[in-house]
Amino acid sequence: MTTQTLDTPVRTDDFPPELAGYLAEFDDVNTVMSAAEVVRDAGYTRWDVHSPFPIHGMDEAMGIRPTILPWLVLAGGLAGLGGALLMEWWMNAYDYGYMVSGKPLFSLPAFIPIMFEATVLIASLTAVFGMLFLNKLPMLYNPLFKSDRFRRVTNDRFFVVIDATDPKFDEVETENLLRSLNPLAIEQVED
Amino acid sequence: MATIRTDTPLPFTLPKLGEEYDNTSDDPRVRQPLVLGGKHFNEVTENVASISERKIHPAWVVCLLLSLGLLTVFGTMLGYLVLTGVGVWGNNNTVNWAFGIVNFVFWVGIGHAGTLISAILFLFRQKWRTGINRFAEAMTIFAVMCAGVFPAVHVGRPWLAYWLFPLPNQMETWPQFRSPLMWDVFAVSTYATVSLLFWYIGMIPDLATLRDRSTSRVRQIAYGLFSLGWTGSSRHWHRFERAYLLLAGLATPLVLSVHSVVSFDFATSQIPGWHTTIFPPYFVAGAIYGGFAMVLCLAIPARQYFGLKEIITRRHIDNMAKVMLGTGLIVAYSYTMEFFIAGYSGNTFEQFHFLHNRPFGPMKICFYLMMFGNVVAPQLLWFKKLRNHLGVVMFCAIAANMGMWFERFVIIVISLHRDFLPSSWAMFYPTPVDIATLCGSFGLFFTMFLLFCRFLPMVAMAEVKTVMPESHAHSPHGEHHRWDYQPDQHSKTGPYKKGERLREVRDWTGI
Repeated sequence: MTTQTLDTPVRTDDFPPELAGYLAEFDDVNTVMSAAEVVRDAGYTRWDVHSPFPIHGMDEAMGIRPTILPWLVLAGGLAGLGGALLMEWWMNAYDYGYMVSGKPLFSLPAFIPIMFEATVLIASLTAVFGMLFLNKLPMLYNPLFKSDRFRRVTNDRFFVVIDATDPKFDEVETENLLRSLNPLAIEQVED
Repeated sequence: MATIRTDTPLPFTLPKLGEEYDNTSDDPRVRQPLVLGGKHFNEVTENVASISERKIHPAWVVCLLLSLGLLTVFGTMLGYLVLTGVGVWGNNNTVNWAFGIVNFVFWVGIGHAGTLISAILFLFRQKWRTGINRFAEAMTIFAVMCAGVFPAVHVGRPWLAYWLFPLPNQMETWPQFRSPLMWDVFAVSTYATVSLLFWYIGMIPDLATLRDRSTSRVRQIAYGLFSLGWTGSSRHWHRFERAYLLLAGLATPLVLSVHSVVSFDFATSQIPGWHTTIFPPYFVAGAIYGGFAMVLCLAIPARQYFGLKEIITRRHIDNMAKVMLGTGLIVAYSYTMEFFIAGYSGNTFEQFHFLHNRPFGPMKICFYLMMFGNVVAPQLLWFKKLRNHLGVVMFCAIAANMGMWFERFVIIVISLHRDFLPSSWAMFYPTPVDIATLCGSFGLFFTMFLLFCRFLPMVAMAEVKTVMPESHAHSPHGEHHRWDYQPDQHSKTGPYKKGERLREVRDWTGI
């Protein structure tokens, strides 16, 4: 065991790369779809299918549960609706009443357009930022980006990636499973 | 660089239209392909991404310099206005809403096509939208930017424009929410925000494509930052698609509300020519008509010069021309109805405005230009032969843009310059500053658009790939077909078997 003093620079090979997982490359939708079903049935939980576009039916093939995003958006929309009503009441009917043509200070019909716009605004912001938050984005570092092969994921290739932190992960068995799926290639992803 | 095959592997041969394939057939038994040239995924990527990767074309530089010149004019005119006062415009009399508001409504209207294509056509499962939605959305954002400038300087003291927003201030006042002008502030700013979000999140996967193809460090970092670390994970796609659907659902009523609210600025007042209940649907239809015209004006040259003819096909042009025809007819109906109601109402002021001042008054030329651009020109689009002629479509699109600008001019200026009291009548003449500002706003629009074409993915690659037959696993007909229904091979003559029809319908609608 060697000890390091503070002024010796940290050398990268003091930290040998760790295995982050396996990736298997496919080039058509049908194969990757059936591969996903096999990996799902083998009981893996920390794994993913990466594709250049959303594949119709992949959610079922992978067993992805529906996201809670719609409920967040509903909450955002209601907050916008209520918030706008509260703002309009407080500003125009309570804090700074200003009589126009003898109309009531609190005139709900005239308040509706802004309530609607605020509903849409807050709900849309929730949809976008909620989606990014649930997806843990932005995440500019990802061990997958070290693989040259993986650069085609945004073009025309499909990848099944099994994470090394998966409780069922085993260097040999997982590789054998992926090999049985008939991929174009298998690669170790290093972190 | 992958070679792009020009032969078509379709089981049926597409007829030719000049040098291009004609996929505009309306025969419901044959699903027309939306991506031509026998492309595979890689070729779509190559086709679109290479636009921002190849060497800069001198023609693009010339266009950009011209646009920047116009943009400089715009900036100078606005600077002159801010330093001098709003009196440099011609509306320094009783016609106090003129070019400023005409240009605002014109640009906001153009913006409507983008969100219509991205949201409403998405909900209606119009798959052809994927070829054009990205740059239609970009167009929306740039049009709304142009629109936003005009009311901001028209307030007279633009440094006080923040008074429009409910911000605490030293006068202890708040905005008047019972005023339609206030609704407009909220509608347009919400619309700008939601359009920007919609455009950006749709672009994340395509920015990742550009990131993964970049060879230079600068491009890697720039696209890497804006693509937020997108990996195409299916778990991410799941939430992404849900967010996209929700945004489409939210943006659909929004797009209809924005121009309705703009029309309330007029309809809730009592000026003859403004005080009409037909305004909200009439304005929305007009906005979609003008917006599609602008999309066509940009799409027809863009597909030509950027080599996108196989992704933005003749069918796309044909469909957009049909939307123009449909909305143009609603506009024509609205004009007729305005005249009828004016005559039928028996109201002297309404009758004077519609039956005398519009068609025979001192600004009648504007009225006839409006009628030509919005009522006469779109009638050409009834005919398939003419819809298939790019020159004719381009002519109708330019006529529509002109007609829609004059429509706003007619509504705003002709109504205002002769209202109830003849003592307050005045003539409106635009000053050179008015005209230079209008032309300059096109400089802002085209500069943004040219930069967008060069540096961002012009076509939604990921979405285009989803409408290609290869993107669907397990074809409902058993083995994998490149195209779903092949009349040559099946040659069905009798009625469909039970259950088969339903499957066919489901396949068609994509549900």
